[in-house]
Amino acid sequence: MTRRDSYWAEGPLPETPSPQSSPAPWGTTRVVGTRRPRIDAYERVSGTAVYPSDVVLPGMLYGAILRCPHAHALVKRVDASRAEGMPGVRAVMTGRSKVADLDWPYSRRDHSKLFDPHCRHEGEAVAAVAADTPQQAADALRAIQVDYEVLPFVADERDAVAAGAPKIRDGGNLAGEPEVSERGDVAKGFAEADVVLERSYRCAYEIHAPMECHGCVARWDGNRLTVWESTQGVFRIQATLAGMLHLPLTDVRVIGHYMGGGFGSKLQAGKYTVIASLLARVTARPVKLFLSRQETMLCVGNRPGAEIRLKAGVKKDGTLTAFELSSLTSPGAYEVGAGLLDWLARDLYTCPNVRTESRVAFINAGPARPMRAPGHPQGAWALEQMIDELAEAIQMDPVELRLRNVPKVSQARGGKPYTSTGLARCLEEGAKAFGWSEARKKQQQNGRYRRGVGSAACLWIAGGGGPPSTVIVKLFADGSVNLNMGASDIGTGTKSVMAMVVSEELGVNPDQIRVENADTATTQFATPSGGSKTVPTESPAVRDAAIAVKKQLLALVAEEKGWDPADLELDGQAVVSRTDPQRRLPFAEISRLQRQRVIVGVGYRGPNPEDAVVNPFAAQFCEVEVDTNTGEVRVLRFLGAHDSGRVLNRLTYDNQVFGGITMGIGFGLTEERVLDRRQTGKMLNANLHSYRMPTALDVPADMVSLPIELGDTECNTTGAKGLGEPVTIPTAAAIANAVHDAVGVRVTDTPITPSRLIGLLAVAHKEG
Amino acid sequence: MARDRNRTDKPGKGVTRRGFLGTVGAGAVAAVTGLPRPGEAVPEITEPKGMVETALSINGRMHRLLVEPRWTLLFVLREQMGITGTKIGCARGECGACTVLMDGSPRYACMTLALEAQGHEITTVEGLMDGEELGDVQQAFVEEDAFQCGYCTAGQVVAAQGLLAANPSPTVDEIRAGMAGNLCRCGAYVHIFRAVERAAKGRGKGGGR
Ligand code: FES
Ligand code: FES
Repeated sequence: MTRRDSYWAEGPLPETPSPQSSPAPWGTTRVVGTRRPRIDAYERVSGTAVYPSDVVLPGMLYGAILRCPHAHALVKRVDASRAEGMPGVRAVMTGRSKVADLDWPYSRRDHSKLFDPHCRHEGEAVAAVAADTPQQAADALRAIQVDYEVLPFVADERDAVAAGAPKIRDGGNLAGEPEVSERGDVAKGFAEADVVLERSYRCAYEIHAPMECHGCVARWDGNRLTVWESTQGVFRIQATLAGMLHLPLTDVRVIGHYMGGGFGSKLQAGKYTVIASLLARVTARPVKLFLSRQETMLCVGNRPGAEIRLKAGVKKDGTLTAFELSSLTSPGAYEVGAGLLDWLARDLYTCPNVRTESRVAFINAGPARPMRAPGHPQGAWALEQMIDELAEAIQMDPVELRLRNVPKVSQARGGKPYTSTGLARCLEEGAKAFGWSEARKKQQQNGRYRRGVGSAACLWIAGGGGPPSTVIVKLFADGSVNLNMGASDIGTGTKSVMAMVVSEELGVNPDQIRVENADTATTQFATPSGGSKTVPTESPAVRDAAIAVKKQLLALVAEEKGWDPADLELDGQAVVSRTDPQRRLPFAEISRLQRQRVIVGVGYRGPNPEDAVVNPFAAQFCEVEVDTNTGEVRVLRFLGAHDSGRVLNRLTYDNQVFGGITMGIGFGLTEERVLDRRQTGKMLNANLHSYRMPTALDVPADMVSLPIELGDTECNTTGAKGLGEPVTIPTAAAIANAVHDAVGVRVTDTPITPSRLIGLLAVAHKEG
Repeated sequence: MARDRNRTDKPGKGVTRRGFLGTVGAGAVAAVTGLPRPGEAVPEITEPKGMVETALSINGRMHRLLVEPRWTLLFVLREQMGITGTKIGCARGECGACTVLMDGSPRYACMTLALEAQGHEITTVEGLMDGEELGDVQQAFVEEDAFQCGYCTAGQVVAAQGLLAANPSPTVDEIRAGMAGNLCRCGAYVHIFRAVERAAKGRGKGGGR
């Protein structure tokens, strides 16, 4: 996997036929764009939604995995004899078990064994058990004796590239040559600048920590395997299992109707998925294997932290002349992708001379997985603070400096135009709605509590979606509808949004639409939900399927009644004439429909425009209050102005904006994976108590979502671009800029903890 | 600030979820960290000392059960009884996904042994329903879209129910404090605040249950 494609599917993708319709953009809409509670809200608040971790099957056993307690070690001997005889224990599996002798693909380019004797990170799987109860399984794990040869470790990418560092991969600690990108001439650019600044930034590693831990329930019927997995993409899980277990795809059914969050960490199968399947196979019983919270924090993904050095030049009039960025990051011990730190520097602002150099080093830590806008929040942390500093140096408002450098084309892609770019309007209208200029003109503050405001902007490299996608819409004789699509609803409201698209085309109330999704046996192929591409991928296919139904229905009525099909449309539960109010045929009176009982429409996703780039854009604004006695930062209010194309459901849209900001507050203020860099290499805060995610007390009640809709008619047939990633990209940088505005201190490292800030304030005080 | 659900102190003068664990000290935290430390002796294996008979009152109905003394209320609800509305997010009192009402007050079911629940009224999210109808807090969560993935939601709804029972018309800051024992990684907090406000207003008009 290249560093850049982590959010995209691996392996061959099915090609889908071209859509059968190329509808004009919607004009005024009845349903699309309104605020509507979700169609599956009842299930989610009543407790009746069955999440994979809720599945309880007759005769089900519980699986558990013994994990390496060291950051780096060789397994010398595993003695499981005692565990095998313990009460309730049905199976014990180690690296020596024949069935478990499998290669585990960490990515297309890197792999280990399922139980690899060379454990390159704390938490690597060493053995597994299945028992009647989870308590018995835990007892059995404790009874397994493992002799380890503990090896020297590297717990920080800076240590990995230092002279004399222990070598943790045969090829050395660097994952390939540095990736360099270059345009123009940076030396010339810096020479032309009136101000040149150079700064170092550091971002901590983040953990996805979805509320539902990773895991699955596996059950065999003969040679057919069914897996309920907490996942963002059932078809990806199916492909991995079928490949590793040598099963036909049709014999692997993966179900993921509901799932408790993923944020990129559940785009792929885990070792646990395969282990649960193997345990179920050898015991001939269903096996439930869910990781503990601690295991999830060690083993199933993180957002790579980064060292970023950024040099930038600007003229007095606000013209950016050059960016030079170098970065060092780590995906853990395997090559699973850790990149895009430089994308914003390359593409967000007009700048003729840009050079970036990205280095990736291995460390003894769990593998990274894509996390909500890989690389981008880290890149924004550096770039958007730098823009603020440049603006200050040339005495220009930072929003104004950004506005002067809004690009019309994607410079990182050789000047391809964007289908639409709302960056300028996000900045302008966001600033206005926030009251930016008034808030900036505040009084000199001297007290203990100081307030400041900050802003930051972004784009997201993807967010346009694309093929393949196949969707089926069925209209029943009574006018109710079934929508069948493979995509997972990971909490973003996909099901509800798609029902609204169907409703818009067919005139059926969204409450009369049932969605069947995320089941490899009964729904159509879809790529995993992630990368802000689910809505722009699926909604055009859904619209195409609904139009296919509509066309059939109108043709049927035209034939039955001898009316002109071109004159007909749907209204409520009836076919009506556009010109003759007398012509109206309720569904119940369409005799062919009543005999046929159902009309089936199939829809496909067409390609994106070839000569243009589809990206979402955003600007966020916030106000903070700093307690100068303690260094605590309180976020008082936030505004997110987002150009993600057409808003399909305003209620879930706003929720997504606030959720992304909330996660960004965590990145900026509280979250940090702490590894014991010197003594053990182990993670010191692998729990939700000391790994601090934002609580209700950490987010302001005052959040505003301001959609910027430009009417993008080029990107796809619904005009929707992705939203899930951009909402979290600029947040932390905006907070850092607000902190600087409040107390005059630049915090270049995440998170801005009280101790970090109070230390910087003390230094500033001394020097000041 | 938030209070730890499982302290016996009167609500209101508690400590935060984080503060509570902090005061217990690093030793206690390390003890439940799970993975054995290098060089740690193999622990004695406790054979289950047989099952104990118990009777639990859950959502107004008595259930007679055999449980192991070490089983938590959460485990018994979800894995033994199939009452799975209550979720598991950490199993160690850090997230609130498992929040139930015990005699009307929110409590983490993962930190409560099943045997401790004996003699108390346990209410789960399922118990807030009126047949197939949603309760008023649940309905408010629907209308304000106070969730995304929905996994923390049962805990949030139950916590809100407990909060409103103790304080029928909370201010926004009281809502924030009252809900601070329930993490939501999707970050639906702003909508959760609005949902709790909506439910409180509804009750003020005599609409609640
Ligand atoms: S599962 Fe009980 S608090 Fe997390
Ligand atoms: S809704 Fe997903 S964790 Fe709260």
